[in-house]
Amino acid sequence: MKKSNKQNGTTKKVTTQPGTKVERSVKKMDKNAIVVNQVYKKFSKPKAAFTWLIELFKKNTKDDASLNGNGAKEPKEDRKAPTVAVDRVSFTVKEGEIFGVLGPNGSGKSTLIRLMATLLLPDDGSITIMGHDPVKDPITVQQLINRVSVEASFFKKLSPMENLIYGARLYGMNGKEIRKRVVDILTRLGLEKRNIFNPMEEMSRGMQQKVAIARALLSRPRVLLLDEPTTGLDPVSKREVQAVVRELQEQDNTTILLTTHDMNEAEILCDRVAILHKGKLIALDTPEALKQLAPRSNGHLPSLEDVFIHLTGDKLKEEQKEDLEAAQALVKAFAKENEAKEKTTAPAPELN
Amino acid sequence: MTTSIQNIQAMYAFIERNANLVKRYWGWELVWMIYSIANSLSVSFIGLGMEALTGQEAAIDGSFLVLYLVIGTLVWRYLTTIFYWITEVISIERWEGTIEYTLMAPIRRGVHMAGQTIFATVYGLIFTGVVLIATTLIFDLDLSTANIGGGIVMLIAGSLSFIGISIMVSILPLLFPERGEQMTHIVIAILLLVSGVYYPIEVLPNILQKLGVVSPATYVLNGVREALLDGTATVHLWQYIWPVLIMGVILIPAGLWVFSLAERYAKRNGKLARNG
Repeated sequence: MKKSNKQNGTTKKVTTQPGTKVERSVKKMDKNAIVVNQVYKKFSKPKAAFTWLIELFKKNTKDDASLNGNGAKEPKEDRKAPTVAVDRVSFTVKEGEIFGVLGPNGSGKSTLIRLMATLLLPDDGSITIMGHDPVKDPITVQQLINRVSVEASFFKKLSPMENLIYGARLYGMNGKEIRKRVVDILTRLGLEKRNIFNPMEEMSRGMQQKVAIARALLSRPRVLLLDEPTTGLDPVSKREVQAVVRELQEQDNTTILLTTHDMNEAEILCDRVAILHKGKLIALDTPEALKQLAPRSNGHLPSLEDVFIHLTGDKLKEEQKEDLEAAQALVKAFAKENEAKEKTTAPAPELN
Repeated sequence: MTTSIQNIQAMYAFIERNANLVKRYWGWELVWMIYSIANSLSVSFIGLGMEALTGQEAAIDGSFLVLYLVIGTLVWRYLTTIFYWITEVISIERWEGTIEYTLMAPIRRGVHMAGQTIFATVYGLIFTGVVLIATTLIFDLDLSTANIGGGIVMLIAGSLSFIGISIMVSILPLLFPERGEQMTHIVIAILLLVSGVYYPIEVLPNILQKLGVVSPATYVLNGVREALLDGTATVHLWQYIWPVLIMGVILIPAGLWVFSLAERYAKRNGKLARNG
């Protein structure tokens, strides 16, 4: 079966087998669940205490400049310049789709999820979740979504049951209903019953992460935001979580936005994958189509990891080159300064 | 499910969660309880100490002074318990790392604060009750002419205004993740100074007396003291009740409004996730 897939103005032919996730998603997806339109978010660097006093002192003593490789003065890098976390990003996620977001650390993946989860407000652009704006209508959006973050955030002294009852009550569920569902979900995720009533702090990182996933599933969200949910899990737990994610899509038609560093996970789970680098969207397509973007090695189709390194690695190399040049310039400047000092300083007297 | 039932469920979520936290951190609770009782007794012993220090047993009514100070320590313990449970609404969650999950739940901030406040009030009453029992075991307090009912009415009326102040102050940990919690201590220290907890505000310099007039704790302390020391009828406590009720009616909505502004600021500047 051939499917034409058009993204970012490029058309690629993708071959899919009957019953594969691409075909499955084509059948289900017709409505937009998430629309991200030209979203922009920057963060200002925090100012240290009495910064104004330090700046005033600096202005009165010396000029804010340093020597470059040629001895000429050039301004220092503005350390207070805001960090652009998400830079005019646009994409849509269809209802029932598993949409992956890949990117190196600091590429803006978690910021994007926080913007959708009503935890951050965008500086520009807009987002809609099932047609609702998280800025204008946060309560409705909050009823539709839930989120799992990379760090399993819980009241550490409380048990999974106590933590999940608290979380579920916030979503309007009653105690009886919750208790049964907590046991069902946690045992389905492979957690032993006896652990459900012990404090969270006595549990391993992997077990805590499973409880975090259970917390998100309790409220039966229509859109699930998974921010590196399998980071730190052992291979078996990872597979159990991945199976639950797939089950959610297949049985409940839940829309899932997943950020991950695990290329294999993205490849086997996601219908489409977006790659973010320095807050910018640099690629978006099905995993199969993305693989066409990297060159073949020894006649083999590249993996998603090859594509990721190909797309973000080139940029990293450019940055490393710039850093190297800057370091070389600095070494030259020091060498010049030392040379000048040696010329003006008399030789040290010998002690013998 | 109707919105009001959902709101009650959400409110109960905070009450139940805090009760579970108290249960799980029982060791800390015990330490805090012993500290509070010892603190209350230490201050109250000043009453008896005054007799011994001055050698004027006839001129100084030690029992009156002890009761005066006991009332001060108990009322202050109750009000500060409410204050800290509410102002820590953000810092507890930031410390545990759960703040984002609570703030992304589909509940109105008023419901959130109501749950926290109900727990704080009930916890404050129980905690203060235990300190009162311990104090009465040590001191021979004469409450035969006291209007205990009037004292409780005064205490509950005063809670409202303190809740308003606490909601306002709770924005500090939201705005200043690293230092906000410490800033809340400044507010409580100033209220302690100007409200006449251990002395009548008339002994203060003029400027501090003026601050005492706008502190709800001043009215609560005066009202409770009149009820317990003089046995003043509840109806005559109205002069202290209406100012704290007005303060509560103004400060609670104002506090919620200020909190919503601070939450918006925190979401705009990414201050929720940072650990303090």
